[in-house]
Amino acid sequence: MERILEVKDLRVNFKVRGGIVQAVRGVNFHVNKGETVAIVGESGCGKSVTAQSLMRLIPSPPAVTTGSIRFKGEEILTKSLRQMETIRGKEMGMIFQDPMTSLNPTLSIGKQITEGLVKHQGMSSEAAKTRAVEMLKLVGIPNPESRVSQYPHEFSGGMRQRAMIAIALACNPSLLIADEPTTALDVTVQAQIMSVLKDLQTKLGTSIILITHDLGVVADSADRVIVMYAGKVVESGKTRDIFKNPKHPYTRGLLRSVPRLDQKKDEPLIPIFGTPPDLIKPPAGCAFCARCDEAMRVCVNNDPALVPVEGEGHTAACWLNHPLAGEGGESA
Amino acid sequence: MSNSNASTAHSIIKPSHGDPLIQIRDLNKHFNLGGGQILKAVNDVNLTIGRGETLGVVGESGCGKSTLGRTVMRLYEPTSGQVVFDGKPLYDLKGSAMKTIRRDMQMIFQDPYASLNPRMTITDVIGEALDIHKLAGSRAERKKKVESLLDVVGLNPDHATRYPHEFSGGQRQRIGIARALAVEPKFIIADEPISALDVSIQAQVVNLMQDLQRKMGLTYMFIAHDLSMVKHISDRVAVMYLGRVVELADSDELYANPAHPYTQALLSAIPIPDPDVELERERITLKGELPSPINPPSGCPFRTRCPLATEKCAKDTPALAEVKKGHFAACHYASV
Amino acid sequence: MAGNTETSNPLPLSDVKLTKADFAKLDKSEKKGELVVRESISAWKDAWLRLRSNKYAMVSLVILLLIVLMAIIGQSIAGYDYRSQDLMGTNLKPNTDHWFGTDDLGRDMFARTWMGAGISLQVGLYAALVDLIIGVIMGGIMGYFGGKVDEILNRFCEIMYSIPNMLIVILLIVVMEPSMFTIVLALSITGWISMAWIVRGQIMQLKNQEYVLASRSLGAGAGRILFRHLIPNAMGPIIVTLTMTVPNAIFAEAFLSFLGLGVQSPAASLGTMINDALKAMTIYPWRMLFPAVLISLTMLCFNIFGDGLRDALDPKMKK
Repeated sequence: MERILEVKDLRVNFKVRGGIVQAVRGVNFHVNKGETVAIVGESGCGKSVTAQSLMRLIPSPPAVTTGSIRFKGEEILTKSLRQMETIRGKEMGMIFQDPMTSLNPTLSIGKQITEGLVKHQGMSSEAAKTRAVEMLKLVGIPNPESRVSQYPHEFSGGMRQRAMIAIALACNPSLLIADEPTTALDVTVQAQIMSVLKDLQTKLGTSIILITHDLGVVADSADRVIVMYAGKVVESGKTRDIFKNPKHPYTRGLLRSVPRLDQKKDEPLIPIFGTPPDLIKPPAGCAFCARCDEAMRVCVNNDPALVPVEGEGHTAACWLNHPLAGEGGESA
Repeated sequence: MSNSNASTAHSIIKPSHGDPLIQIRDLNKHFNLGGGQILKAVNDVNLTIGRGETLGVVGESGCGKSTLGRTVMRLYEPTSGQVVFDGKPLYDLKGSAMKTIRRDMQMIFQDPYASLNPRMTITDVIGEALDIHKLAGSRAERKKKVESLLDVVGLNPDHATRYPHEFSGGQRQRIGIARALAVEPKFIIADEPISALDVSIQAQVVNLMQDLQRKMGLTYMFIAHDLSMVKHISDRVAVMYLGRVVELADSDELYANPAHPYTQALLSAIPIPDPDVELERERITLKGELPSPINPPSGCPFRTRCPLATEKCAKDTPALAEVKKGHFAACHYASV
Repeated sequence: MAGNTETSNPLPLSDVKLTKADFAKLDKSEKKGELVVRESISAWKDAWLRLRSNKYAMVSLVILLLIVLMAIIGQSIAGYDYRSQDLMGTNLKPNTDHWFGTDDLGRDMFARTWMGAGISLQVGLYAALVDLIIGVIMGGIMGYFGGKVDEILNRFCEIMYSIPNMLIVILLIVVMEPSMFTIVLALSITGWISMAWIVRGQIMQLKNQEYVLASRSLGAGAGRILFRHLIPNAMGPIIVTLTMTVPNAIFAEAFLSFLGLGVQSPAASLGTMINDALKAMTIYPWRMLFPAVLISLTMLCFNIFGDGLRDALDPKMKK
C-alpha cells in the first residue's frame, strides 16, 4: 500500500516556567493512502501536539520539534513557511474540536471555502463559488445555495462542523487531520458528522488521521489505531487487534474503564488508578509503571521499545511481551 | 470492588415506589430573555426519586437537564410547580428553614476547573461547608474533619493546604465531592460530574460515587449526556427533550426496550467500543436540527424530527403515560 | 540497567541483559504513588513571581519606593525646615548647602520638594482609598444583586459621570476651604464610578461561576459570597485600577494647585511648587525642574508598574 505519511522519532519540547515539557517523546507511525488512522489517548498524552506538528502549526520557537515527518516523500520539518502555506489546505486539511473558534466569524461560509480554492487551485471566483455550493451539499447542509452566503453564527454546532469539513476538503487534500472533531457535539450530531466523514472518504479517497479519546468512535470508524500515553506510542495495530487482543496494560485499562451500552449494568468498571506523569520530569522507565497493575521490577528504570506482537502490524511497548515475563514471580 | 459486592449493593437500593425522598411536581422554569422572548427550559416535569435511588437524567445540550437540576437545588426559583423534599415543600421555605434544608441536598458540578475557588486552599474550600453550618467547634476540629473528608474521597490529607490549580481534573472533582459530603447530605445532584474528565479518570469518580452511596445511603440525581455512563450508574433513567421528560424507565429496561422514537435514535447514535458490534449496528439518523426552545413546535416537541409523526402529534402534546409496568413514555405511538 | 532519563531512546527488548528477577511483580510500596511534582504556590505568589520577572515593573516599583521613602525622610536630610524663610538667600541655584536651590522666599527647595511629593502622594493614596471603598461596595451591590437594584444605581452612576467632573471639583473647592481634605473629597465624588463599573463587570462575570453556585447550595449568604468568593477573585482588576487611580489623582491635584485651588502656603504640593516657579520660569528654571521631573517620574512609574501588575494578575491561571 502507498504510504503518504511517515513520521519518525518525532519529539516536541515546550519551554515553560519551571522546566521543559516533553510533550511528544519519540513518536513513529505511518499513514497509508485512503485509510483512517485513529490516535487515542487522554489529555496531555501528546496526540494533539503530534497532529498539529504534522501541519507545522506548533510555533517553534518557543517549541522545539525534531525528528522527521515525510509527507508524500517530502520532508515537512525543513520546509519554509511559504512552502508550508501551499501544503496546508491544499495537500493537508485540518478540522478542530471547536467549530465556533475555528471559523472566522467575519467571513461568510462560502468565502471561507472559496479562499483556498482561489489561492491554491487558481479557480475563478465563480467556479470556486459553484464548488463551495457543491461541497456544502456533499457534507449534508440543506439549501446550500442560500447557506453559502451565511455567516458562522447563523449555523448550529453540527452545521458549523460540517462547514469546517467542507472547508478542509474543498481542495481535495490527500490527508485530513481531524482533531477531536465530535467532542463538542451531541451524540446524534456526532453520528451524523462521522457518517459524513466516512462517506467523503469513500468518494474522495482521503486518508484521515482521527484524534479522539472516544473509543466508541474509534471502533466505529478507524482502520488502524495508535494508542499514546505520556508522549509516546504504547501500542498500535489494526482496530480489531487493539480492541480484541490488546497487548499493553494501558490499552486494556482504557477498554475496561468505559461502560458499554450493551453490557448489563451490574458489571463494575475497573478504573486505572492515579494520574499520568508530569512531562516536565518524565519517569526513567515505563511512563505507565506507576499506574500499572502488572508492573515489574524491570519497568521502573527501563523504557520498553515498541516491538512486534501477535497480529499483522501490531506493536506494543511493554515488558510483559518479553520472553522472561511471567517467570519472575511475586516481588520479595 | 468485586462483582458480588456490586450486586448486593443493588439489591439494597431498590428504587422508588415505596418511600420517596423527592417529588418534583409540575415543575416549570422559564427564562425571560426580554423582547417578549421566553425560553422554556423546563416544562411540566414530574419525577419522584426514592431514598437510596439513583435517577439518571439524560438528553442533549439544550434539553433543560442542567436547569432542572439547578431549579431542584433552588439555585433558580421555579416559574411554577413544587418540589417536595423529605416531606417539606422546598419553594415555600424561607430563611433559616431553607438554610437547614440545604444541608440535606448538595450538588457536584461539571467543570472541575470552575467549581473550586482558585483563591482558596483545599482546607478552606471544604471547610466553608463546615463554617456555614457551624459543624466544627474549633480550628483543630475543622482541620481534622477536612482531612478525614479528603481521606474518604481518596486524596492525600497532607495536600489540604494546596490550591486547586495544583490538582488534576479528577482530583479536583474528588475535592468537589468532599465539599458536598462535608454537610452530610441525603441527596446529591451530580450535574455532568464526569464529562470534563479523561476516560480513565471517569471510572474512578463514578466508582467513588457508587461507593459513597453504598456506605452513606445517598440518593443521587445524575445528570449527564453520556448515556453509557448514566446507564451504568442509574437505577432509573429519565430522557429529556426540549424541556420535557419524554421517557422514564428502569435503566436496563430503557436500554433494552426504548419506547420513544427519540430514545431509540439517541441509543442507536452511541458508538460501542467494540469493532465487531459496530460492524453489525444500524444507526437511526435523525433528520433536521434541534428546534429552538424559545419557539418549540406545537404538540409533541419531537414531531419535527420524528419518523412516526402524524397530524395528531402537532395538535396534542402526549403526556408521560405508563406503557408497561414502571416504564413511561410521552408518545402517541410509543412501541412496546 | 538504570535508564538514563530524559532523552535516552527506549531500549529494544533484546538489548538489555535481563534476568528473571527483573520480571518480579512490583508490589504497591515499590511504585511511586500520586505525586504532585510542582511546588505549591498560591495564586498571589504566582502573580508575584511573574511580576518579579518583569524588569520595567520592578525598576518602577523600586523608584516608587524610593520616592515614598524620600517623602518621609527627605526633610530631615535637608537640614532645613520647609517653612523657614531666608530672605537673604532667595532664588539660589542648587549648591552644596541647598541641593535643589531655594525659592523666592529663600526656602530650601530640597525640603519643599520632598514635602510636596509627600502631599501629592497622600492625595493620590487617599483618593484611591475612597474610590476603593465606595467603588467596591457600590460595584459589588450592582453586580451581585443585578436586576432593578443594578438598573437604578447604574443610572445614578451614569448621571454622575455625565457631569463634567472638573466643574464639580472646582465648585466644591470654591465653596469649601481649599485643603487636602477638600481636594480628596472633590476628587472622590466622581472618582469611584469607574471603579464601581469595573467591580460590577467582574462580579457579574464571576457570580455564575460554579464555585459560587456551590457556595450558594451550601447555604452561604450574600456577605460570605461577596467577600469570600467574588471580591477576592476580582482583586486583580481592582488593584490594577487602583494603581491607575493614584497617578490620576496626583495629576488632578497638580492641576488644581496650578489653578491656585490646591493646598495653601506654607504647605506645598508638587503642583503648587510648579505653579510658584512658573512666574520666574525663564530666570530660575531649576525651581520648576525638580518638582516637574519628580511628578513626571512618579506618574511614569505608576503607569509602568500598573501595566506590569495587570500582566502579572492576568486571571488566566497557568496550567
